[in-house]
Amino acid sequence: MSIRVIQPGVQTTVQDLGRFGYQQYGVPVAGAMDPRSLKLANILLDNDPGEAALEITIMGPQLEFTEPNYIALTGGDLNAVLDGKPMPRYEAVKVEPGQVLRFLGLKNGCRAYLAFAGGLDIPAVMGSRSTYMKAKIGGYEGRKLEAGDELKFRAPQPDLPFPERRKIGIDFTPQRQYDLRVILGPQDDYFTEAGLETFCREVYTVSAQFDRMGCRLDGTVIEHKNGGDIISDGIAMGAVQVPTAGLPIIMAADRQTTGGYTKIATVISADFRYLGQLKGGDKVHFVPVTIEQAQNSRMLDEAYYKMITDYFDRDRGL
Amino acid sequence: MENVRFLLTGDTSLTVEFGNEISEAINHDIRAYKIALEKAGVPGIVELVPTYRSLMVHYDPAVLPYQELRERLEKLLDDMGEIEIPPSPVLEIPVLYGGEMGPDLPFVAEHAGLSEEEVVQIHSSAEYLIYMLGFTPGFTYLGGMSEKIATPRLKQPRVKIPAGSVGIAGTQTGVYPIDSPGGWQLIGRTPVKMYDPDRETPILPEAGQYIKFYPVTQEEYDAIRKEVEAGTYVLKTHARKEV
Repeated sequence: MSIRVIQPGVQTTVQDLGRFGYQQYGVPVAGAMDPRSLKLANILLDNDPGEAALEITIMGPQLEFTEPNYIALTGGDLNAVLDGKPMPRYEAVKVEPGQVLRFLGLKNGCRAYLAFAGGLDIPAVMGSRSTYMKAKIGGYEGRKLEAGDELKFRAPQPDLPFPERRKIGIDFTPQRQYDLRVILGPQDDYFTEAGLETFCREVYTVSAQFDRMGCRLDGTVIEHKNGGDIISDGIAMGAVQVPTAGLPIIMAADRQTTGGYTKIATVISADFRYLGQLKGGDKVHFVPVTIEQAQNSRMLDEAYYKMITDYFDRDRGL
Repeated sequence: MENVRFLLTGDTSLTVEFGNEISEAINHDIRAYKIALEKAGVPGIVELVPTYRSLMVHYDPAVLPYQELRERLEKLLDDMGEIEIPPSPVLEIPVLYGGEMGPDLPFVAEHAGLSEEEVVQIHSSAEYLIYMLGFTPGFTYLGGMSEKIATPRLKQPRVKIPAGSVGIAGTQTGVYPIDSPGGWQLIGRTPVKMYDPDRETPILPEAGQYIKFYPVTQEEYDAIRKEVEAGTYVLKTHARKEV
């Protein structure tokens, strides 16, 4: 055993980048809601960027370490303290047996990611360690953590090289209004001109119904030409589904693989870092971009990951 | 395949839409295109998700940017005539009809004005096209059930339906892959696990294949169940004859 769960928090689950290859069988992808924060936490520790870590939601857990290792915390600020002292974010931190990590409450964002050098000793199910709670697969026994659970490090690195250099700037900044970039489609032609204008102009508010499946938004109704039903097709992460009632729902990591409602647009992958941090009351505004712009933004993200990975490699003299 | 449309679904996937109706012909086109695309082995394609009338293509833009993918996909459409597509497999699914396993069989028979034996005979004689999977892991959307045995859903859904239950809802039929609540009329149960996350092939059916149910006795059901538990059961399949 390496970690003892004293208090589980509201919803703490094991997530990696998701379960790909099984959507055609009806298995949702799951995975980190904010994949960028997960990757950064892992890169800080020399892990594979897609290594499984803990996704911690709003009210974090209380964890006691029973084995030495390095850990890294990224994403939203959930006010973490290690043995009563503020736990630094976006850097590698050494933990010793007996130390207790607690989360005092949400300061900003919605989800934090806690990664462990060498990863967690959790079996992969269908190629992924991501928890998909509805079908009880992956992660820790297919569910969120509960008090008394015991997690084990897979290959702890208590002597991680150059620990003092493993630090990057705070990557998540909360915003008064999140401008989410979208690519219109696949069913933008099911909406009237006025409906499309509404979608691109209005500011929407995240309702109380936001979870790993999706984010329901409140605001101005978006007008369809002939209702919001289609013959079911595939649903991408970030798809903005608009049922006949006209209020958008942004589909997230635990979305069903297929669905029968019109999807007006899709949030671009470079902005999942904000999608994964939305919570009730947050303001959202959709900004259409081209696919070329979206893929360029994604390349910039990749370049940033590579830059910091190379920086740690250089330090090690590789 | 002249009415094919390419729909944008974000920057890491796109949808190739083959039509705007539910039909066996469109579904066959999707299956053929998926097989051809898999054979082509395009680097950067992450996974393919066939649905009623479209194929969703997930890809890694760092390896395969949108324009390049789009060109590959369009060229493949043009080349479809030259690619040989094997006939669809038909999965033979054993079912113990009626009794405890199918508590609603009497109601379905009464509703249809048929005997229980006639309902079983009709239900187990057709080959049902698997249009797609979705809703839950391993759930198949099947087409082709006879209107004669169509039955409305239960007025009060059951809280827990055991995995393997075979049911009817309106003109649809299907198998519950996992224990779940539901309102389908249950007419039998298969000992085969359509879904098992720890098996090498976690989910047996695929879109574009067919399912044929065949009735088994309690003894046969028990024997198959044992093989399934031991991991030695091999699902019987046959190639579908073109009709």
